[in-house]
Amino acid sequence: MSRINSPAELEAFRRSLLSERDPNKTCITLCSGSACHASRSREVAASIQAELEKQGLNGEVEFRRTGCHGFCERGPIIVIRPEEICYFQIQPEDVPEIISQTIKEKKIIDRLLYTDPGTKEKIVHESEIPFYKNQGRLVFGSNVEIDPKKIDDYLALGGYSALAKALSQMTPEEVLGEVTKSGLRGRGGGGFPTGRKWAESRNAPGDIKYVIVNADEGDPGAYMDRSLLEGNPHSVLEGLILGAYAVGSNQGFIYVRQEYPLAVENVNIAIRQAEEYGFLGKNILGSGFDFTITVHQGAGAFVCGESSALMTALEGKAGEPRPKYIHTAVKGVWDRPSVLNNVETWANVPLIINKGADWFTQYGTEKSKGTKIFSLVGKIANTGLVEVPMGVTLREIIYDIGGGIPGGKRFKAVQTGGPSGGCLPAELLDLEVGFDELTKAGSMMGSGGMIIMDEDTCMVDVARYFLNFLTDESCGKCVPCREGIRQMLKTLTNITEGKGKEGDIELLEQLAEVAGEASLCALGRSAPNPFLSTLKYFRDEYEAHIKEKRCPALSCKALISYYIDPTKCQACGTCRKKCPAEAIIGGKNQIHVVDQDKCTKCGTCFEVCPSRFAAVTKISGEPVPPPIPEEARTIVRKSKAK
Amino acid sequence: MSEILLKIDGKDVRAEEGMTVLEAARRAGISIPTLCHHEKLEPYGACRLCLVELDMGGWTKLVVSCLYPVAKGLVVTTRSEKIDRIRKMILELLLAHAPDAFGLEDLAREYGADRNRFEKEASFCIHCGLCVRYCAEVKKKHAVGFVNRGANREICFIPEVASKECWNCKECFPLCPTEALQAAYVLTEALSSASLSSKREMYVVK
Repeated sequence: MSRINSPAELEAFRRSLLSERDPNKTCITLCSGSACHASRSREVAASIQAELEKQGLNGEVEFRRTGCHGFCERGPIIVIRPEEICYFQIQPEDVPEIISQTIKEKKIIDRLLYTDPGTKEKIVHESEIPFYKNQGRLVFGSNVEIDPKKIDDYLALGGYSALAKALSQMTPEEVLGEVTKSGLRGRGGGGFPTGRKWAESRNAPGDIKYVIVNADEGDPGAYMDRSLLEGNPHSVLEGLILGAYAVGSNQGFIYVRQEYPLAVENVNIAIRQAEEYGFLGKNILGSGFDFTITVHQGAGAFVCGESSALMTALEGKAGEPRPKYIHTAVKGVWDRPSVLNNVETWANVPLIINKGADWFTQYGTEKSKGTKIFSLVGKIANTGLVEVPMGVTLREIIYDIGGGIPGGKRFKAVQTGGPSGGCLPAELLDLEVGFDELTKAGSMMGSGGMIIMDEDTCMVDVARYFLNFLTDESCGKCVPCREGIRQMLKTLTNITEGKGKEGDIELLEQLAEVAGEASLCALGRSAPNPFLSTLKYFRDEYEAHIKEKRCPALSCKALISYYIDPTKCQACGTCRKKCPAEAIIGGKNQIHVVDQDKCTKCGTCFEVCPSRFAAVTKISGEPVPPPIPEEARTIVRKSKAK
Repeated sequence: MSEILLKIDGKDVRAEEGMTVLEAARRAGISIPTLCHHEKLEPYGACRLCLVELDMGGWTKLVVSCLYPVAKGLVVTTRSEKIDRIRKMILELLLAHAPDAFGLEDLAREYGADRNRFEKEASFCIHCGLCVRYCAEVKKKHAVGFVNRGANREICFIPEVASKECWNCKECFPLCPTEALQAAYVLTEALSSASLSSKREMYVVK
């Protein structure tokens, strides 16, 4: 490939690309994102390639391995275009049939289709599946059509046209103005207005300025940025180049976790291709603008997602935050003006430049514009990545897209914003999702993690889990964070272990004030949120743990006992055979009894007891009834008694 | 250098551009407690004891004075109920680690900090980083550093460097607000676990 030297050459090249592509040619796209990778997507890919060869279809059918489609619950996913036939949970063994039936004979294979859990109806087309239908995928949508290792796929969809437009028709101030006007806010956590951040850097003194992609996503259960960088790396690069042009920077960095090997691989390939095509390097598209990008692999510290810690790490030092009384946009990496935005924020920029701020602002709410990608995980039917316009309600995300809570359980809370966020209860399901709305409710947007919890989740234990995560992930530099959250964790652990005492809630509140007000960086300042939000909405659970030594969700091991209801036990023996602690006493036709001294509370008996008996129960906050006397344990079967 | 006028605890204070609030206050004879601050070292902002309130016109903002730059018209309060409450808790959190630290004694008395508030876990170190930073910034030796992170963070001498550099220096010892012994202890431990060759080197190389 020879270098593209002007916007006109780019358009000519794009036309030639499109003329070679027949829109009616059958194309099999296979999701090859990390989640599908884990469910054998690579083997499926090998199988498709082998089968196409075997059935002599190599030239006639195109096969494309794309980034994440989002519906990870049902991966690996195949979409056959142009018909848009969508198959789920494909295993290598299914491939010969797909090729011979669907590709050759144009027959739909029913068993691989999506079945609507409500209507039991089979759905053929991707766009009709509720999970996809109710989304608005402006940023994430192209993932399904692009092989992230091929820049031509991105170009065929209009890629780098925003860059060409900006460099040939817009001044840096105009690019900045458009982003400011769009109301775009940072998708990484705080929701700081992107345009304002850029302007601060642009106006800061100094010739050398930096632009940085924050791909250090580290919230438990969150993988939006990962999937975007893996699946559509050029959209992030294009955004970054546009930002550099607006700010007046010639050097960019991508700070990506080394635990994201596919993202690292794909973004490196993308940079190399962009350099070959002339979208990076000297004199980009003949405009005279120079820009290069360096990839920096992070070593996996959660705190390095914080801007000043990330910049310290980028300088080659231990990733510790530094005070930001002077913003990093003015004094960042090596004390130079540095604009840091996260992956999703950068990926929004080409859309805004291409289609204009007015187009962008039609999505979202008054103060939160555009869309947001969420990773929907936990006790939810449709685990995956979803993109919705700001302003939709939690209920729409959880029920219309997410398919609700599996197993007939009741929704209890949704945790948003990762460890710095909070838990919102069922009463707030109709809350509109936006930066300020979530903050006001005691949680935050964060980078978009959404963990759904059902009635079996103990909220005290959830707070303890997040504080435990933060104790490990605090850098340890400042006292309120290092010591404050460590003491919070100790107190919360005591409460979940039944050692809670009067005054613990007040102590936690005081510790929360110190960590929240006096910590050096946002990690410490937001660390009390998981506690504060669960206390705000689930105070009764805290009190039950402390005062009654009872866990209302029957989840905290130290506060529950397993008990076999003698009126229900049918002496099937399953629990006795499966108990790893040999803590169940019983025999043929003998009602089984749990030996409470031996029981390790692993819950195996509860899980294996046949649901038609449901004899094993959990008890909390009250004494276990004494075992029935041995002579009364024999079961007299009605049929045999006759 | 231009002069900046600000108010600290109701008192008009003159400061120079580039100074921190802490420097300005101390020059005006107003005392603000610190643990990790040292005149010879870059401000660090870790102990958070020096936090003060800024009047933002209607609301107050907590900042640490060792890092916050002076600005014209700044209105600073160095003690309030809230500041005292936070300082007390910070001291109590540290006393769990270093209950007998002489550097904490007076402060604990002043702020009414209860040394038994939290379960004791004597590690002696309060992570002020004075030794680490002094060695790096003043001596430029990097013989002592922090290892690990979060609650597991601790200071550690680098045996290869310490075995050559520390013997004749030990200037960090008196900086330690807890017990100088503690630094010595860690040093001894590091040296004893160093390879024999580096120990021999220490004595052979003049």
